[in-house]
Amino acid sequence: MTERILNCAAAVCEALTEEMARDEAIFIIGEDLVAHGGIFGQFKGLPERFPGRVIDSPISESCIVGAGLGAALTGMRPFVDMHFADFVTCAMDEIVNQTAKIRYMFGGQVKVPLVIWAPDGAGLSAAAHHSQSLESWFVHAPGLKVVVPSEPADVKGLLKAAIRSDDPVIFFQHKKLFAREGPVPEGEHIVPLGRAAVKRPGSSATILTYGSGFYMSMEAAHELAGMGIDAEVIDLRTLKPLDFETIAASIQKTNRAVVVHEACLSGGFGAEVSARINSELFDYLDAPVLRVAARDVPMPFSPRLENFVLPKIEDVVNAVRAVTYRQR
Amino acid sequence: MKSSASTREMRRLYRTMVTIRGFETLAGELFAAGKIPGFIHLSIGQEASSVGVCSVLRPDDYIVTTHRGHGHVIAKGGNLKKMIAELVGRKTGYCKGKGGSMHIADFSLGILGANGVVGGGFPIAIGAGLSIKLRRTNQVVVCFFGDGASNRGTFHEAMNMASIWKLPILFVCENNCYASTTPTTYACSAADIAARAAGYNIPGVTVDGNDLLAVHEAAGQAVERARRGEGPTLLENKTYRRRGHFEGDPQKYRTQAEVAEWEKKDPLLRFASILKKKKLLTGEMEKEIRKQVDDELTEAVAFAEQSEWPAPEEALEDMFVNP
Ligand SMILES: Cc1ncc(C[n+]2csc(CCOP(=O)(O)OP(=O)(O)O)c2C)c(N)n1
Repeated sequence: MTERILNCAAAVCEALTEEMARDEAIFIIGEDLVAHGGIFGQFKGLPERFPGRVIDSPISESCIVGAGLGAALTGMRPFVDMHFADFVTCAMDEIVNQTAKIRYMFGGQVKVPLVIWAPDGAGLSAAAHHSQSLESWFVHAPGLKVVVPSEPADVKGLLKAAIRSDDPVIFFQHKKLFAREGPVPEGEHIVPLGRAAVKRPGSSATILTYGSGFYMSMEAAHELAGMGIDAEVIDLRTLKPLDFETIAASIQKTNRAVVVHEACLSGGFGAEVSARINSELFDYLDAPVLRVAARDVPMPFSPRLENFVLPKIEDVVNAVRAVTYRQR
Repeated sequence: MKSSASTREMRRLYRTMVTIRGFETLAGELFAAGKIPGFIHLSIGQEASSVGVCSVLRPDDYIVTTHRGHGHVIAKGGNLKKMIAELVGRKTGYCKGKGGSMHIADFSLGILGANGVVGGGFPIAIGAGLSIKLRRTNQVVVCFFGDGASNRGTFHEAMNMASIWKLPILFVCENNCYASTTPTTYACSAADIAARAAGYNIPGVTVDGNDLLAVHEAAGQAVERARRGEGPTLLENKTYRRRGHFEGDPQKYRTQAEVAEWEKKDPLLRFASILKKKKLLTGEMEKEIRKQVDDELTEAVAFAEQSEWPAPEEALEDMFVNP
């Protein structure tokens, strides 16, 4: 398989193009998709290539998600665009009470092949209604698979896997990462859901991260290398189901862990990972698991405030130094 | 002229429209110059709706506004300095730099907040209306929203609730022909949003939203009705969004010819010509008004630009009253 350089928006587009060509049951529904090919350019060319299968909807989030669910229950494979992840709140019943629970409640009678796609994250001074990272809410709702990719190749591979999944998947993509470029394999490239990737092998400590935290962590690892600290970076990619085997193998080797994410600290996914490491890998730990995350406030607007609230590379560096007892 | 507004009042309304136009034009320039972070949504072309509606309100009445709310805030008496300071992210802004363009509020003026979530204002308006009823204060609430927002479930829940409880609310739909890239003709089931009022047993009124006096008149009647305890009204102001949905919008969904057609229906020119015909406004006075407004805005920008940035740690303030 040849690789080319694509950005994350193009990777979304390529995955959808290939999947929609393969399976007529796939359609896209959401707000403002057709005229501009999506606000991040992620659907460019799709409305022309698949007429009638990219559907603009009124501003009616409950029914956008609900329509996806109803279509999934009756044989289609819908891809629902939430526009901004923040607006999942307007469709919370449809996502959490309906989509997540239907198969289980009805005794496994039906499949729910639905992808809910949600651009999230901060860093654009978009303030508190357009900047959230909400993945941990959905990890807490049994019945959903939760994906948060970082690099373009994973975006393509995970999206294809999500579309082919017979279970509902909520797929977050950081809006600041749409322009990030990287090599992406052509054609059939599938990254199975539920598998983490060791993106930088190392021996001194394990950094567990996903989404925008991945880039922060890789840069931190680079800086740490200069200080003689060899960090292993694991991109979790799928938060549910979680690939705990890969995490465990790494911690058994490094004996130290730092979890990095952009979502705010309290109740964030870092708490979940940290708790599992403590209960299942306690004997291997040489230091407490540390978490790097945003402050516990809604995202402020003014750039300095926003920057202050968000986690930074230096926070990751400091946390890894702390777990390796090399503060000074 | 059907309107009850006095001569001085008329000139004041015109001046407010000029202020909003000036503010929005300036905000567009500041954004283009990279001085406003994030994104902004301008209401150029919709001034008659903001001013016409707010012209019938008392200072203690409430408004709830949207992502396109600068005009509503100014029409309700908002402070230009604090608004610009907020847009550019300074400590002296309305929300100390935490909110930005989409999240301006002034609770001292009854401005219960702009909202980044389309349709987020309806339930808040219901709560304010209910509170007025419980407190027996004879105030009213205006809930501004777009044609796009009328498709949110919150609209329908609010219309019904306001109707059954006869809440003192004026729902003002600013139908500006588009919700982002989506034409109203595509996304709304009938030509008039106001027609939906019938389903909720409340009056639905459609007016030319570029005609200040028509808006003033219709809003006046609705507000009187609300104060009499007879319940809500749905007022639809038919207007047009002349700028992109947000600044920088490539606007592939419409033609320049269409925009130009609506420029001819400019609410400011239209009201000015009425005032001139009535000899309530001269070219001299118009120039004077423009100059005053320009000076005020220049002062506001200077204030904002000389203001301090918020200190980073201030990001942690204002979370709780009793931490
Ligand atoms: C719940 C929700 N869905 C989608 C959006 C994205 N969005 C912001 S403004 C807008 C269009 C709103 O149209 P309308 O209500 O007609 O107001 P207008 O912009 O025309 O003033 C959309 C879709 C949002 N902010 N909130």
